[in-house]
Amino acid sequence: MERAQDTTKVAAITVADLTMAYGDFVVMQGLDFTIRRGDIFIIMGGSGCGKSTLLRHLIGLVEPARGEVLYGAQSFTQADTEARAALLRRFGVLYQSGALWSSMTLAENIALPLGEFTDLSPREIREVAALKLALVGLAGFEDFYPAEISGGMQKRAGLARAIALDPDMLFFDEPSAGLDPLSSARLDELILELRDSLGATIVIVTHELASIFAIGDDSVFLDTETRTMGAVGNPKQLRDHADNHDVRNFLTRGVGNLGGGA
Amino acid sequence: MAAARELALRMGDGAALHVQVGGGWQLRDGIPALDELSERFAAERPERLVLEASGLGEWDSSLVVWLAGAMALAGEAAVAVDVSALPEGVRRLLALAHAVPENKNARPGRATGPLLVRLGSAALVLAADCRRGLEFLGEATLSCGRLLRGQARFRRSDLTVLIEDCGARALPIVTLISFLVGLILAFVGAIQLQQFGAEIYVANLVGIAMLREMGAMMTAIIMAGRTGAAFAAQLGTMKVTQEIDALTTMGIPAMDFLVLPRMIALCLMMPLLALYADLVGIAGGAVVGATMLDLSPALYFRQTVGAVTMADFSVGVLKSGVFGVLIAVAGCLRGMECGNSSSAVGEAATSAVVTGIVLVIVSDALITVLFTFVGF
Repeated sequence: MERAQDTTKVAAITVADLTMAYGDFVVMQGLDFTIRRGDIFIIMGGSGCGKSTLLRHLIGLVEPARGEVLYGAQSFTQADTEARAALLRRFGVLYQSGALWSSMTLAENIALPLGEFTDLSPREIREVAALKLALVGLAGFEDFYPAEISGGMQKRAGLARAIALDPDMLFFDEPSAGLDPLSSARLDELILELRDSLGATIVIVTHELASIFAIGDDSVFLDTETRTMGAVGNPKQLRDHADNHDVRNFLTRGVGNLGGGA
Repeated sequence: MAAARELALRMGDGAALHVQVGGGWQLRDGIPALDELSERFAAERPERLVLEASGLGEWDSSLVVWLAGAMALAGEAAVAVDVSALPEGVRRLLALAHAVPENKNARPGRATGPLLVRLGSAALVLAADCRRGLEFLGEATLSCGRLLRGQARFRRSDLTVLIEDCGARALPIVTLISFLVGLILAFVGAIQLQQFGAEIYVANLVGIAMLREMGAMMTAIIMAGRTGAAFAAQLGTMKVTQEIDALTTMGIPAMDFLVLPRMIALCLMMPLLALYADLVGIAGGAVVGATMLDLSPALYFRQTVGAVTMADFSVGVLKSGVFGVLIAVAGCLRGMECGNSSSAVGEAATSAVVTGIVLVIVSDALITVLFTFVGF
């Protein structure tokens, strides 16, 4: 599974001189990086540094204070309503808590986008929903409500909904938060599996080192101190060769530098 | 019984102030004041503070808090501190407490300052609030436009559930309240009208008041408390759990999917509920007529039919439709702008009820004045 860093791959998402702010409070500034097609791209950094905020900018839930986010050559920020809707249809998002619609069963959760954006018959939609649930290991749970299943299962059901429309870009917000190490590892395997089978570009917000090294092709490190990005590159290479002290510290859990970050 | 707390201060060699702690230090016994220590600092100007423990029994955070306070005092007075004679555990806790310096900037950002500053920022918040309200209203109007063109997307099953919830399920409480309102109106009227021997006009009073005002108004207040709050809480919770974000990133406008069916349901059900409330209120008046005023139900009914006009009826129905829209808008607006915590959901529900009732009463006054002017 070693993948040489292929520089010929096309950029799927380009973040250009992005500044994120809530009112006057600047969360991060000067973000400049590209996410290549087919990569698993990790957004990492300490708690509260703006990782999830960056993800919300990528999927268009928040407007940037400055700069823009480009999909291919198309700017999400400047796109009109219809172009945005078309772009959104290529996204799949897994939220931190799963964010399944609590008034609908799992099958209905997955059926909703299918019903909205395809011309499938109800029977076909049900079959597709059953398949997506089976892909994430939840076959037979079609008629359960989100509140009736465990947190780990909700995450997986959220993943099934995220891949309902076979998106070519998947965004995961802290997928392994609140999962035990085994479930977390299984989720990592599932993510790899999905990337290889769907050929999707995957962006993951996480601070789980095990996941970062297991599945990350490329990454950006957000630095709380300087309020900008600390480094971009393959996580393993960053761990071994990064010049930035904070990045190395983060990726090695500060071993040998205890208290150095305080 | 644990040993009593011991604390002794004495001056030793080389201008060193020795503090000896011993016995049992328990939080339930309280934490001793640092006054004596600071007095000794001022009076004797020691160069070193030596903290020692002897015969120390059971101790907990109270000891650490006191020692940390003593060390802070020593720091202010530029006195060196020697902790080497303290037990290992105490030393480690003290070291841990001082490992990360206090973050002076880590104060939550709340508006403080002179009255004018707070007044100004409150006004800005209010202006932003109004702006958001208008934006929401604009989006809701656009959404209604999409509905008319058949482009709005929501689940029909959601709409039927909402209609059931806003309609049939509200009947018991609407029955109770409007029956009692009719009863009260008849009582108050009867006492006055009896003085003129004009008891029969109680039917006119109750009929016109229920149809024009009370039916629509009481239903609106009930629905603001019952359904407006529920809308705000539902949408607020969906906001907290990111369900609304999930809709947005799916390319499904939350306005069409969540707000529109709620507005339609309430807008359709409110006039029906108000009509029902009118009937029940008149029945309440008839009960008073039959029991207190010796008016037979048939006579009461004929008198009511003669008194009320189509205009009374239409004004009431029209008002209740307007109230339905206002309550739904208030509930959905507060829900959609809800913050990201469970307490924010509670605030959203409260504010939905308050906004809803204020809007209902104000618009009722406006409509009444307007109709009086045009003579309707």
